Amino acid sequence: MIKYISRRLLMLIPVLIGVSILAFSLIHLVPGDPARSILGEKATQSQLEALQEELGLNDPYYVQYGRFLGDILKGNLGESIQSKESIGVELLHKLPATIELAVFAMIVAIIVGVIAGVIAAVKQYSWFDNMSMTAALFGVSMPIFWLGLMMIWLFSVTFDILPPSGRLSTGVELHTITNFYLLDSILTGNWLAFKDSFSHLLMPGLALATIPMAIIARMTRSSMLEVMRQDYIRTANAKGLKKTLIVFQHALKNASLPVLTVIGLQFGLLLGGAVLTETIFSWPGIGRYVYLAVLGRDYPVVQSTILIIAIIFVLVNLITDILYKYLDPRIKFE
Amino acid sequence: MKSVKPLLEVKNLHTHFFTKAGVVRAVDGVSFDVKPGETIGIVGESGSGKSITAMSILGLIPSPPGKIVDGEINFKGDNLLKKTEKQMRQIRGKEIAMVFQDPMTSLNPVFTVEKQMVETILAHEKVTKKQAQQRAVELLNMVGIPDPKKRLKNYPHEFSGGMRQRVMIAMALSCNPSLLIADEPTTALDVTIQAQILELFKKMQKELDMAIIMITHDLGVVSEVCDRVMVMYAGKPAEFTQTKKLFDNGRHPYTTGLMNSIPKITPNKEKLQPIKGLPPDLRSLPQGCSFAPRCNHVMASCLTNDPTLSEVDDNHFVRCLLYEQSKKAVTT
Repeated sequence: MIKYISRRLLMLIPVLIGVSILAFSLIHLVPGDPARSILGEKATQSQLEALQEELGLNDPYYVQYGRFLGDILKGNLGESIQSKESIGVELLHKLPATIELAVFAMIVAIIVGVIAGVIAAVKQYSWFDNMSMTAALFGVSMPIFWLGLMMIWLFSVTFDILPPSGRLSTGVELHTITNFYLLDSILTGNWLAFKDSFSHLLMPGLALATIPMAIIARMTRSSMLEVMRQDYIRTANAKGLKKTLIVFQHALKNASLPVLTVIGLQFGLLLGGAVLTETIFSWPGIGRYVYLAVLGRDYPVVQSTILIIAIIFVLVNLITDILYKYLDPRIKFE
Repeated sequence: MKSVKPLLEVKNLHTHFFTKAGVVRAVDGVSFDVKPGETIGIVGESGSGKSITAMSILGLIPSPPGKIVDGEINFKGDNLLKKTEKQMRQIRGKEIAMVFQDPMTSLNPVFTVEKQMVETILAHEKVTKKQAQQRAVELLNMVGIPDPKKRLKNYPHEFSGGMRQRVMIAMALSCNPSLLIADEPTTALDVTIQAQILELFKKMQKELDMAIIMITHDLGVVSEVCDRVMVMYAGKPAEFTQTKKLFDNGRHPYTTGLMNSIPKITPNKEKLQPIKGLPPDLRSLPQGCSFAPRCNHVMASCLTNDPTLSEVDDNHFVRCLLYEQSKKAVTT
């Protein structure tokens, strides 16, 4: 097991080299000039050239890439061209915001998706099955920017019960330790901040949860339908076990493997920063951070953040693979 | 024998499946009884309604599309068809247990054998988990699994086919059922393992004094373990009698056809005599006797009249017009 994990972690190295090359080339292929976007339209040619020289933008690409890679290996993610802030410090604030949002969205998606999928499968072709699967179809097809805007219009503008943006209302004090606001407010016993940050989390979290929820519900349903036909379910029935035990233990554990795959992929995607959701709800996570960096041609921020996102994605997949083993004892790690 | 009160009495059972393509009469008028401690064989081709009969007894017919439309299943004097789902659950696995055909797929692959055995015991007996585990060890020991304490912790895929079937049997026996239904328990196993498993059934039956319904398409298995046999064809019983009588003096043309299609080991190679044709489509049974299109003794009246099960000899029931003259009808 440990051997397997260390081998998978070693395989991370070539993946990350590939990702770094890709991130580096992509951002340099995009037309635009960071010096121009910093100085604005009115800057003179000589000012531009001076800044380009200062930022090292005139060096050959391989030198620039080498510098980027060298910094990474020294554990230095570089600093933003725009704000001059250290990217590492920025990410310490942005990453917890994204993780908090993604975890909340995933918890909602898993609980609702799995339960709806199981009930839909057990009561196949019932009104619940038809309703929930139609809703799931809507869920996957709904553009998130539209859904987000509609939620803001309904809950913030019309009813004014939820805040439309940000993580915390102005005026609410929170002493941050981990930068996970919910966690921090529990740790410091600050219930006002807990309530406030939770109300901020609710709308973007639900908006973000819709697509994974719909995918999980559909996957759970089809997987459960398959499993409920198996011989061992008939055996469990013949043993006189309770229906709930058969469905939620015997069937669900067998059906959960493909569902786990979907959960892992979706969770990886959400952690990579839900750009649209974070932008609409002004959620200060890495999705919005990268989005703003791309607009400002902030090369170091884009490169380093993409690298971090890639690491997270690979790690989430590794954890998913390890979890397989616990769900299905027949799986062996070679 | 006749005076003993039957443990199970199936009367005129009709189990139909209502599909889009029509009504499938999977079981269409089956009657038989099982006395305590005896072994009844149900023999027939695939699709003759053997397994559906068994599933009907346990109340495990998937509904919809399946439905028991008529009949009675009396177990220890109570009609099982009148029981609620909750009452049936207390009978399944405790009073009536079942062993299935394919041990490879009948055990849940993601739980240990221990969990699967213990949950059965805990579902029916008022014992602690520790006692249930102890009982599981005893059961595995009883069915001849070496080192049971260690093997309990294994998953089904870590057992061979024969060993898995032993686990299935141990699990079925865990609450001392008075009736065990075995649905083709040896079909998926190697021949040498088949013999061992049949021996195990006989030994367990003697030790626990339970009745067995042995569902099979293998007349060899029948001659080995059964006291009485019911031959089924197209959802109806064709012949029902003592095993010895069936082998010595099988009356129904289908029974004799089955006997003739068994390969015999003789020095001069005899040609096999298979039954011509295929079993009928249960959605559109022919008028008259459903075996008539394949029968070697078919008469004009067979194509129009459906025969009834009649007693041609003491405890020897046959459903065939050839014997209708000298009979007293017992069922309709």
